[in-house]
Amino acid sequence: MPIEILMPALSPTMEEGNLSKWLKNEGDKVVAGDVIAEIETDKATMEVEAVDEGTIGKIVVPAGTEGVKVNAVIAILLQDGESAADASKTAAPAKAEAPAKAEAPAEEATPAAKPTPVAAAPKTEVAADPDVPAGTEMVSTTVREALRDAMAEEMRRDGDVFVMGEEVAEYQGAYKITQGLLQEFGPRRVVDTPITEHGFAGVGVGAAMAGLKPIVEFMTFNFAMQAIDQIINSAAKTLYMSGGQMGAPIVFRGPNGAAARVGAQHSQCYAAWYSHIPGLKVVMPYTAADAKGLLKAAIRDPNPVIFLENEILYGQSFDVPKLDDFVLPIGKARIHKQGKDVTIVSFGIGMTYAIKAEAELRGMGIDAEIIDLRTIRPLDLDTVIASVKKTNRLIVVEEGFPQSSVGDHIANQVSQRAFDFLDAPVITIAGKDVPMPYAANLEKLALPNVGEVIEAVKAVTYR
Amino acid sequence: MATAAKKAPAKSVKSTSAKSTGLAAPKPAEFTKDEELAAYRHMLLIRRFEEKAGQLYGMGFIGGFCHLYIGQEAVVTGMKMALIQGDQMITAYRDHGHMLAMELSPRGVMAELTGRRGGLSRGKGGSMHMFSKEKHFYGGHGIVGAQVSLGTGLAFANRYRDNNNVSLTYFGDGAANQGQVYESFNMASLWKLPVIYIIENNRYAMGTSVSRSSAETNFSHRGASFKIPGIQVDGMDVRAVKSAGDQATEWCRAGNGPIILEMQTYRYRGHSMSDPAKYRSKEEVQKMRSDHDPIEQVKARLIGKKWADEDELKNIDKQVRDIVADAAEFAQHDAEPDPSELWTDIVL
Repeated sequence: MPIEILMPALSPTMEEGNLSKWLKNEGDKVVAGDVIAEIETDKATMEVEAVDEGTIGKIVVPAGTEGVKVNAVIAILLQDGESAADASKTAAPAKAEAPAKAEAPAEEATPAAKPTPVAAAPKTEVAADPDVPAGTEMVSTTVREALRDAMAEEMRRDGDVFVMGEEVAEYQGAYKITQGLLQEFGPRRVVDTPITEHGFAGVGVGAAMAGLKPIVEFMTFNFAMQAIDQIINSAAKTLYMSGGQMGAPIVFRGPNGAAARVGAQHSQCYAAWYSHIPGLKVVMPYTAADAKGLLKAAIRDPNPVIFLENEILYGQSFDVPKLDDFVLPIGKARIHKQGKDVTIVSFGIGMTYAIKAEAELRGMGIDAEIIDLRTIRPLDLDTVIASVKKTNRLIVVEEGFPQSSVGDHIANQVSQRAFDFLDAPVITIAGKDVPMPYAANLEKLALPNVGEVIEAVKAVTYR
Repeated sequence: MATAAKKAPAKSVKSTSAKSTGLAAPKPAEFTKDEELAAYRHMLLIRRFEEKAGQLYGMGFIGGFCHLYIGQEAVVTGMKMALIQGDQMITAYRDHGHMLAMELSPRGVMAELTGRRGGLSRGKGGSMHMFSKEKHFYGGHGIVGAQVSLGTGLAFANRYRDNNNVSLTYFGDGAANQGQVYESFNMASLWKLPVIYIIENNRYAMGTSVSRSSAETNFSHRGASFKIPGIQVDGMDVRAVKSAGDQATEWCRAGNGPIILEMQTYRYRGHSMSDPAKYRSKEEVQKMRSDHDPIEQVKARLIGKKWADEDELKNIDKQVRDIVADAAEFAQHDAEPDPSELWTDIVL
């Protein structure tokens, strides 16, 4: 019985990819281990090896096909004694059961060894930002490209800006955020470090104290716990301790929070942690435009800035204004969608829950206002409170742990500054109070979900 | 940065010695009369300043932690004599001597100790946290070992700018057991960064002796795994320090990368003011004071060579005491910071 060769998944969350090249033709004999094709994602090219022995009977998906779904049949392998005519009568699919997928949009789960799918994520519509002049041409851009463009533009503008971190140069970035920077700026300014977070965070801060403007990439912010002493004790506090003489103009950036199926030690959100620290600025963008405009601002900022990205968002596309020098203000929230019945505040990937919930709520006749904080510190409470004064109801959504969360702080501030305007208690929606589990179903339970947001809105609007 | 060194190895320094980590200490250079007198004056300023700080602490003018440098004066004084304009210095929290050596104002340092508005950090840093961009002094750090990565970063900036400057990164025998020290060694050697790691081995990490805390007690060998050469230096002899400093700065300026200087020194006082120092005998301390005191050594040479007599040295002592008295007077009477200072210098 001929064997179906299926499109392989290269990561737990990959849904599709490009079949860039066949290395075997119909009629070629293959043995297990032969490379038969190449698959391309937006991050890397991976080889597909034959698992069984036989003859390629039929190539079902031709080279150059984009968006091939995982587990689709890409070729038929004939075994001894079978002919091309047999190719059509394959056995019941030898299809492996696809693992349950997290709700999160497709993106890869682990650093670059396993590449990501090709731009599987749809382009997201975003309300106009008042910081972008009306009529500005928009270009669909992934968050990944936006971050890279921001760094490249700032490095062209200022010779004191350099990027350092693990795999940022020759490997082109573990998540390909620094793609092309080594080629343009050379090894003096795009510096591969050893695996040594505590050390290179300190080296970065020292270089910043001497007047350079480092961008320190952490492969993930989970690894930055190794370096958190340098970030807090050296970077954040020196300006104050020196009576204003000496600070650290430095950006610490990298993916933060849960990806998909990477377990407890790689799935933590640090927004609340860093937001606790005077002397730091903390930025956590959702859209590609915000990622670009705020990263450029962060690099120019004379203070240490924690720039929290999200792996799942890297491959998502948004409109980015085509401007020569697009810089957004740090510390200013963006009203993502105007509404009058309830205020939903979120940031980073939390926005995806708010946005999906809002669409459903609209169908139920509830007009929600969505605020994207964009910056966690300094926090734009004025925008939140102005909205609460209009809607009289507030929900905060984030993926981090619930105790001492960003939402807790906002709820506290709103209760102190706008108590008389509240018609219902503030509801904070956060990740569950558990280490992130690995199992797909448990992980889904541990993260916030759209249903929780809708239930919270119904509760505060007394529906 | 990850490319090979830009500059050729120094000719006058054996560049091959990077392979074997233990270098012989250079013979202490003979000082000229002017050098001896300068060393005497600078060390004495630190000694008298620290004695006064101890006194003010006892009177309640200085609070919190206060780590005195008495006994170790030759280390910063000799190293300072090997520097050129723009070379940076960074250290941990036993830092008053380093500040005075880098010519930060005694008034500013003392007023910071008393937490007054005229302090170098306007009263917001304290004993452990003073800085001066102008004098290239980068603190003053309270987390054991953290300044080693930071100092490596200063050297990174020198290399990035391709200037001729060297980062003097000080730490103690205790900090030498911290992990980030070795992370920094690795990067500094890999990238050939111009940094001199000065390990001030004063034999005790707080109350724990070197032999009780360290598997390798020869700290000049601590760079072995990273191909960083090291020299063991008599840190009580300012001439030996200066000679080692000259060799080390030359090594760094020639593009050879980092080097370690283990300064064998001794602190006469406790770890901090609140340390009764029961982990060592009074005799041990007394023997160091009588046989190896860095200031007495210079004094003996000055008198022996008839470069100065007792009266002239007393005169220097008086000048130094006047400077210290003025600093102490200022630090006791300067106003406390304005309450509005609480909210400044958090972010720019």
